[in-house]
Amino acid sequence: MSETGTSTLREATIHRMPSAAVRNNRPRSKRKPLASLGLHGTLVLASLIAIFPIVWVLAASFKPKEWIQSTELTLVKEPTLANYDYVLTQTNFPSWVFNSVLVAACTMFFGILMSATAGYALSRFNFPGRRQLMLVFLVTQMFPVAILIVPIYQIMATFGLINTHASLIIAYLTIAVPFCAWMLKGYFDSIPTSLDEAASIDGCGPFMTFWKVIMPLARPGIAVTAFYTFLTAWGELAYASAFIQTDDRFTLSYGMRQFVPQFNPQWEYLTAAAVLVTVPAAVVFLYVQRHLVSGLTAGGTKG
Amino acid sequence: MSTVTATPPTTTSPASRSHRPAKRPSWLRRSWDRHWYAWAMVAPVVVVLSVLIIYPLVRGVFLSFTNLTEANQLAEICTKSITGSESCKANPEAWHMVGFDNYVDVLSGKVGQFWQWLGVTLIWTIGCVVFHYTIGLGLAVMLNRPMWGRGVYRVLLILPWAVPAFVSAFAWKFMFNEKFGLFNALLTKVGLDPVEWFSDWKTSLLTAILTNIWLGVPFMMVALLGGMQTIPTEQYEAAEIDGASPWQRFVSITLPGLRSVSMTVILLGTIWTFNMFPVIFLVTQGQPAGQTEILVTGSFRAAFEGIRNYSLASTYGVLILSILLVFSVFYRRMLRKQGEVW
Repeated sequence: MSETGTSTLREATIHRMPSAAVRNNRPRSKRKPLASLGLHGTLVLASLIAIFPIVWVLAASFKPKEWIQSTELTLVKEPTLANYDYVLTQTNFPSWVFNSVLVAACTMFFGILMSATAGYALSRFNFPGRRQLMLVFLVTQMFPVAILIVPIYQIMATFGLINTHASLIIAYLTIAVPFCAWMLKGYFDSIPTSLDEAASIDGCGPFMTFWKVIMPLARPGIAVTAFYTFLTAWGELAYASAFIQTDDRFTLSYGMRQFVPQFNPQWEYLTAAAVLVTVPAAVVFLYVQRHLVSGLTAGGTKG
Repeated sequence: MSTVTATPPTTTSPASRSHRPAKRPSWLRRSWDRHWYAWAMVAPVVVVLSVLIIYPLVRGVFLSFTNLTEANQLAEICTKSITGSESCKANPEAWHMVGFDNYVDVLSGKVGQFWQWLGVTLIWTIGCVVFHYTIGLGLAVMLNRPMWGRGVYRVLLILPWAVPAFVSAFAWKFMFNEKFGLFNALLTKVGLDPVEWFSDWKTSLLTAILTNIWLGVPFMMVALLGGMQTIPTEQYEAAEIDGASPWQRFVSITLPGLRSVSMTVILLGTIWTFNMFPVIFLVTQGQPAGQTEILVTGSFRAAFEGIRNYSLASTYGVLILSILLVFSVFYRRMLRKQGEVW
């Protein structure tokens, strides 16, 4: 993106969708009614498949146990809030939420803090070691949980961090840092370099330029990266099940497993908990998804 | 994440263009003067990566050549005598180097079912990535044209992405429940016999793959949609004037235009799916009898259930990493041959 210095960041990140709509003025818009029906039919079907499991779980969360476990097909029957009441008052669910929020928020904060500068350097400077660092980022995506989990476990044990949230935050940083740096590099690539040059003419050093000029412009990108990191840590399971041992310190993903043991699973509580976990995430997600579309591809589309 | 294909911003830095063969000792000095701020900026990440990834990686490779477990990790056994003084002596069973024994055990099938898990992993990865990509591409093509209600469709189709993976896994497991799950209820309704999804490895794996397809399509769709919007419209207009049919336009403009994005997302998707932990771990739980474990979950269970076998976990880790590295090298070489370098 660095060569297309004419477009501003605003255009690059926000107005992508509409601009595409404007320029697609080829006769594809003149569809025959049948083609139009097929198109909308397929999309409606796909959308239904996409939202159905969510709706189904939402409906089930309001059903009492006997209706969840009946073979009769009902969307809602004898709706009740008892499941939510039980989950919120009779289980450790609230403290799992707190644990998850704490762990995910810290991971997000430290991940972004450490990787923002690296993303900028990767985007702007052609320094020795740049290619190698990019490769390392790619390779770290391949690391299976199995290889890192033992050494990290032992490091944690050495420092007495087993069964603490700090151990999870540190472990999640191994996932978050390469990922954040890479995402943010993509965003910085989409900010015209002419801004850097202007700042440098005005007497800003590289750090000043980064802090005063680029960071404010990259705010949407940082928000999306932050949110995505948050979600990753929010849903992680393997490290959580290896490092955390006591019920009051579980994160959501591991704690909720207790509702559905192999025998006698309590689906009514699980569904209620699932809804409680998903709703806040989904609301924020819908809010940032517009940036997500452009952000993900800002760097990747330039081949 | 999907920025692998980005070319280095050549116009940006005034640096590193002139590597004139100057006097020897000054090269480092000059390089330092020119790049110190870039290095300073990447330093935090490099430090974190080395502490949290490089060191554990080296340590993990080392552990795979030992027989370390939770039971033999102490080098000394200390016993308290009655007087309160502690006497320590060397643990006769302490862990030690065992050379390639772990690899021999794992690859010969003496411990765990490496080859079976690898087979399941391959079915799982190929199945998921193929459907992710084709469905994602199909939806992206449909969404990339002006029509009524496009924004609504887009939001609805991205929604599965917003749901944490473990919640989706639970949701699908709930729908595949053998007694009262939605799918069996529907089958009964139309007069078919309910399926015991988790008692045969094929149907069991199918449930996991369906779950993962549902989970992964939005990412592909979004990435490809972004890619399509960078294809210049003029190409379509020119093709239109030349009388190209929609299918011809798709094959000769859209697909080539998407090539770099496609290659990136396919590589990432393959790696992610290969290492996908929660879906298998929660949906099939390896049922029946561990026949649907993929390498990542299988090795996790083998190493972390019961007495924790650290060396075994590391051995599996090294094997998985090697497979992925070999795959990526071949993948890149293939791309290079076709004239694409990143």
